[in-house]
Amino acid sequence: MSIDWIWGLVGGVMIGTAAAVLLLGTGRIMGASGIVGGLIDGTGQDRSTTFAFLIGLIGMPALMTLGGWAADTHATSLPWLLIIGGLCVGIGTRFANGCTSGHGVCGMSRLSVRGFVATLAYIGAGAATVTLARVGLGL
Amino acid sequence: MRGFIALLSGALFGAGLHISGMTNTAKVRGFLDFAGAWDPTLAFVMGGAMLPMVFAWRLTRGRTPLTGGSYPAPPRSEITRPLIAGSILFGIGWGLVGLCPGPALASITYGGWQGVLFLVAMLAGMWAVPPLRLGLDRLMPTT
Repeated sequence: MSIDWIWGLVGGVMIGTAAAVLLLGTGRIMGASGIVGGLIDGTGQDRSTTFAFLIGLIGMPALMTLGGWAADTHATSLPWLLIIGGLCVGIGTRFANGCTSGHGVCGMSRLSVRGFVATLAYIGAGAATVTLARVGLGL
Repeated sequence: MRGFIALLSGALFGAGLHISGMTNTAKVRGFLDFAGAWDPTLAFVMGGAMLPMVFAWRLTRGRTPLTGGSYPAPPRSEITRPLIAGSILFGIGWGLVGLCPGPALASITYGGWQGVLFLVAMLAGMWAVPPLRLGLDRLMPTT
């Protein structure tokens, strides 16, 4: 077994600390789909805070990559798959009012029933999709 | 001050996603592949992220945020159709590509055209939701 889980744990604590800083500092929930979705459909308030958050979120990994800590997304190169996947993620997270960070990290840590139900639903659907795609389509 | 706090939070979030391997679609899809070569990393990320937040939520009790305003209301508890259907749709897209909103943004500078195409489609989907909601409410009231 590799040591990837240690990086996962360290990165996870950093993600949770990020959510705690935003919550205690500004009162906002660190949900990526809510933050960017509110900007896209115009329902979001506190736009300057949102912009600052997005600059950090996009800028920090860019700086780390420049500094030599490279990462790769290994994403598929099938355009139709990227488009369908992106649409499902965009539409789904906004209907559900949250994604992995909002319902998962922020919701489950306050024992939100909706957070647990949403997380079970997207992990279940994700697992079924990965299995079917691998077995059925070879993706 | 709010801007600085948000910038710091975003930078920590981005760094955490980057070093945990969650911008790597192979690791995310590997976690979802319970019947295959299962990769448990995502569970450690989720568990690690919940630790500071359990304490943070406790600290919110009886207080107000550092820069003023108020904390979010207690979580709603109704399990609605949009919550379930939306989460399932999200899970399908997540399983197909291996990116969710946070990592899609965090990896945009090094994810190539694939990352850009996914992000554009995701933002288009988000943009389409308010009119979609209106249409669905008319077809199926009381969702």
